[in-house]
Amino acid sequence: MEKSINVTLKIWRQASAKIKGKFEIYKMDNVSTDSSFLEMIDELNEQLVNEHKEPIAFDHDCREGICGMCSMYINGQPHGPDGEITTCQLHMRNFKDGETITVEPWRSAAFPVIRDLMVDRSAYDKIIQAGGFISVNTGGVPDGNAIAISKVAADEAMDAASCIGCGACAAACKNGSAMLFVAAKVSQLALLPQGKVEASHRAKMMVAKMDELGFGNCTNTGACEAECPKNVSISHIARLNREYLCAKFKD
Amino acid sequence: MAKKQESTSVESTKIDARIPEGPLAEKWSNYKAHQKLVNPSNKRRLDVIVVGTGLAGASAAASMAEMGFNVLNFCIQDSPRRAHSIAAQGGINAAKNYQNDGDSVYRLFYDTIKGGDYRARESNVYRLAEVSNGIIDQCVAQGVPFAREYGGLLDNRSFGGAQVSRTFYAKGQTGQQLLLGAYSALSRQIGKGAVKLYSRYEMLDVVVIDGRARGIIARNLISGKIERFFAHAVVVGSGGYGNTFFLSTNAMNSNGSALVQMYKKGAYFANPAYAQIHPTCIPVHGDKQSKLTLMSESLRNDGRIWVPKKKEDAEAIRAGKKKATDLAEGDRDYYLERRYPAFGNLVPRDVASRAAKERCDAGFGVGNTGLAVYLDFSDAINRLGENVVRSRYGNLFQMYEKIVDENPYHTPMMIYPAMHYTMGGIWVDYELQTSIKGLFCIGEANFSDHGANRLGASALMQGLADGYFVLPYTIQNYLADQIQVPRLSTELPEFEEAEKAVNDKIKKLMSIQGKRTVDSIHRELGLIMWDFVGMGRNKEGLETALEKIKVVRKEFWSNVYIPGKEVDLNNELEKALRVADFIEIGELMARDALMREESCGGHFREEYQTPEGEALRNDEDFAFASCWKFAGEGNDPELLKEELVYEFVHRQQRNYKS
Repeated sequence: MEKSINVTLKIWRQASAKIKGKFEIYKMDNVSTDSSFLEMIDELNEQLVNEHKEPIAFDHDCREGICGMCSMYINGQPHGPDGEITTCQLHMRNFKDGETITVEPWRSAAFPVIRDLMVDRSAYDKIIQAGGFISVNTGGVPDGNAIAISKVAADEAMDAASCIGCGACAAACKNGSAMLFVAAKVSQLALLPQGKVEASHRAKMMVAKMDELGFGNCTNTGACEAECPKNVSISHIARLNREYLCAKFKD
Repeated sequence: MAKKQESTSVESTKIDARIPEGPLAEKWSNYKAHQKLVNPSNKRRLDVIVVGTGLAGASAAASMAEMGFNVLNFCIQDSPRRAHSIAAQGGINAAKNYQNDGDSVYRLFYDTIKGGDYRARESNVYRLAEVSNGIIDQCVAQGVPFAREYGGLLDNRSFGGAQVSRTFYAKGQTGQQLLLGAYSALSRQIGKGAVKLYSRYEMLDVVVIDGRARGIIARNLISGKIERFFAHAVVVGSGGYGNTFFLSTNAMNSNGSALVQMYKKGAYFANPAYAQIHPTCIPVHGDKQSKLTLMSESLRNDGRIWVPKKKEDAEAIRAGKKKATDLAEGDRDYYLERRYPAFGNLVPRDVASRAAKERCDAGFGVGNTGLAVYLDFSDAINRLGENVVRSRYGNLFQMYEKIVDENPYHTPMMIYPAMHYTMGGIWVDYELQTSIKGLFCIGEANFSDHGANRLGASALMQGLADGYFVLPYTIQNYLADQIQVPRLSTELPEFEEAEKAVNDKIKKLMSIQGKRTVDSIHRELGLIMWDFVGMGRNKEGLETALEKIKVVRKEFWSNVYIPGKEVDLNNELEKALRVADFIEIGELMARDALMREESCGGHFREEYQTPEGEALRNDEDFAFASCWKFAGEGNDPELLKEELVYEFVHRQQRNYKS
């Protein structure tokens, strides 16, 4: 049932990457528990604008958990306390009346802060550009049913492909590693016959780009899997390692 | 601005869609066989701007770069992968006939024409059906993990408005997987340097030189700087204008501004009134809501829609005294199955939405607002088991539970119609070229293939058809004549003027310093649209809407408050620029709806209905696409008509009953 709560927000404010940031405190009264976390931030911004203050900059778009744009660290967890969701799907019913909620941007060396809660995640795009694809041009491809693919492989590829590129994995990792993100793509394409041809080359190129962009190493702490809003499994990292080793042996 | 006038006045009364000659099934092959091409060494010297990175934009940018053109791709979000195509859930249609259930290119064409209530162009729709099969092959080759059967072959499901199973899907995340396929093809070209990506940029105007589109003005959303970009041709795939309604299933950044910019430079805005209200969305919960969430149409494969048969039961449920599960089978009214026995719960979206509104308006709605109906899976769970239902719709059920806090495996979902998709858009000819030469429009942004109502799983099909298989061909027919044109300087007066106009508009907005936030005015506009230009429209209501929108426009331009600086990251300024254009679109929608004195597809005029309450078309007077031509600020736009000639299909009253 809908009710309303009062909360105190401790939000990271930072004008740009080069200017030092700090926490600001905001009080929000009568927040509907049916509101999403971002609707609550909308309300706060509406108040700030009415007071002629700078609203809080944050990334968001689809608001249904699939675009991967929202990116807040809430009470020490990427996408907040509820499981298997993004920040836009987090609802205020997950918080207690009178609670203080701490909101920070993704903290990762490879994701510099742009303003307040917005960060630059173009590093993920660069990793995909380095090899996260199957090299086919438009047209001239065989019939969709020409190659039978086992349902098990297709389903596993689909689970890996669920990654939304939000960056929670790297933000949650104490090493700032992007291994789960890279593994999800490498694994998806390695599982399918059409992606098998380039599998080890792809792994090598993507890992090299990841290292170049300042992401850390994987030490199998599993924080990425625990915080992934789409439940992408770290078993994909094992498949990435296998493809990567294959590539190294071939060299 | 004299040049602008020139470009549009040439064919001011006659609209020529430039449809190729010949029988329907041969038009596209004939076109491709005789069109002009550009040789590889010339392709390298031609620049093409693509605005948007959704299914249409990303697939077009990738395909043209593969061919050898030099592509500049603009993206409003931080990454092309975020475009709102990603949120499409259910699936994509293709005429593969893998299920051996009688499907064919002709049947997909026919269903789409009929679904659009005979208000789309035959030749375009046939081409769409024709290229649909290639899309599936392309996506499979890219590694899109479509659902498969145990034998390893592709699986299908059914969608509204069809009696065959032709919808390919990847769980409830088909749009995501197709977009990631196009994104990976695009990323490959960015990595090669064939596409230059501009992310976090927003187009603010199109630059027209000597009657041809030659570039855009765009704002860097991080620095706030206004920049100029030249190209030999401009392609806009910026999506639909559903957010005119404030509350819709569109993403927060989705907007119609690129369409308004093209319209004001002389491109026609066609059929603005054709908007799709989707029947299965999560109902509105309160006045602080920012966004509505869609529950995929695929749920209607296994879910049954009902409301209580008796008003007193509906009242008890609204008051919280009874639950859905308390009602016996005989006390439930499965109104779609009752009214449309042949299609049942799988009637097209416009029909399903109106039927839900009819029941709720008559007092049978549920939920605490009375503006909801049930979508019930208990039959499917009893028949198939919870695990099968979970494997088909697991992510949708989870999404529902997170938002509503109820478990749909145990209690029926509550749904209500919401603004979802716009069939109208910028007018394009057979080549997807607007009425401005060198300016092309693809995907949801154009008006092309869905007539007055779009069938489920056809938006993904159209976006990818335009981007992979249509535009990369047709644009060459234009560019073949442009090989002598050098890369023009962005210091030319036309660029200068366009940038100045953009800067003046921004300065004007920043100087208002009024008392209202952008969102509060947008919300006000949205309520007017929903109340008067929504599912049921009538003359009086539309006239009221036009009056009220005038008031909103005045309020916006005299009382909006935008904090911050203009040359800086400024989200409120971004929103203000978009809302200024939503106000223009809202007015065009109401104007178009008022002009169209008939009901067709998603456009339902209450004065024009059959005795059973179905949409009543008037083919005598309204078998045309309405093309609105901008006539200057403050003037009424001019109405031009593209007659829709049906050579191959016989128009009839849509029938989903028998």
